[in-house]
Amino acid sequence: MIGPALFFSACLFAIGVMGVLTRRNALILFMCVELMLNAVNLSFVALSKLHGVGGQVFVIFVMTVAAAEAAVGLAIVIAVFRHFRTVDLGALRLLRG
Amino acid sequence: MHTDLPLLFTFHFYLFGVLAVASALLFVTRKSPVSAALWLVNVMFCLAAEYVMLDAHFVGVVQILVYAGAIMVVFVFVVMLLNLGHPSETSDFRSKGTRLAAGAVALLLAAEVLTLMRQPWPQLASPDVPDNVVRPVAQTLFTEYLLAFEVTSVLLLVAIIGAVTLAKRGTQG
Repeated sequence: MIGPALFFSACLFAIGVMGVLTRRNALILFMCVELMLNAVNLSFVALSKLHGVGGQVFVIFVMTVAAAEAAVGLAIVIAVFRHFRTVDLGALRLLRG
Repeated sequence: MHTDLPLLFTFHFYLFGVLAVASALLFVTRKSPVSAALWLVNVMFCLAAEYVMLDAHFVGVVQILVYAGAIMVVFVFVVMLLNLGHPSETSDFRSKGTRLAAGAVALLLAAEVLTLMRQPWPQLASPDVPDNVVRPVAQTLFTEYLLAFEVTSVLLLVAIIGAVTLAKRGTQG
């Protein structure tokens, strides 16, 4: 079952990358990052069948970091929305000449 | 442990994997952030099933509790806070075809449950499964990775303070 799990993990990661590259809604972008983290978690769990439970411990750490990232990232999104009245990343052109 | 029913096991493994990939595709193609978030929740439930089938029971439960239960709720909460969802897409009923498909899935699941209830339960799980599945994770987490575990709590504290500070500054300015 390790091979198919790695295949699904690669598919999910590719879909997450596709979302990050194509979407401009900041919230959906964050969700795509979460999807990519989930894909990596799946390969961690699959490979932990081969290499011991260290992979599962790493998944728990990844989840913690993902929770922290979501909290801070969403706070930044709220701050950006209060300033620009939008979460469309194409509308944030402060650094463009 | 799964040698009794390899075909059923393999079928469900592939089923949840394909469901996860399909839900992820639907997730990146939705316009409304609310439906995108709900499809992502579906992906996480399917991944939790995959974790359980890969003998990572604890990670599967934590996946549902933390990801589907906490992180996605925060996402949906922010969507509501910023008023980004389109009410016409989220509150209306689905089209006729979707409702028929949902009914077909419900019938299929009911048939599956009835079939399973008629047959005697096979000896799927040996009694030592919870012992040798969860205990090694805890032992590794609290011995080998104890320092990282403690540092994680500091990281969460910093994230809480940062989130509160960032979200509060907007109201004053």
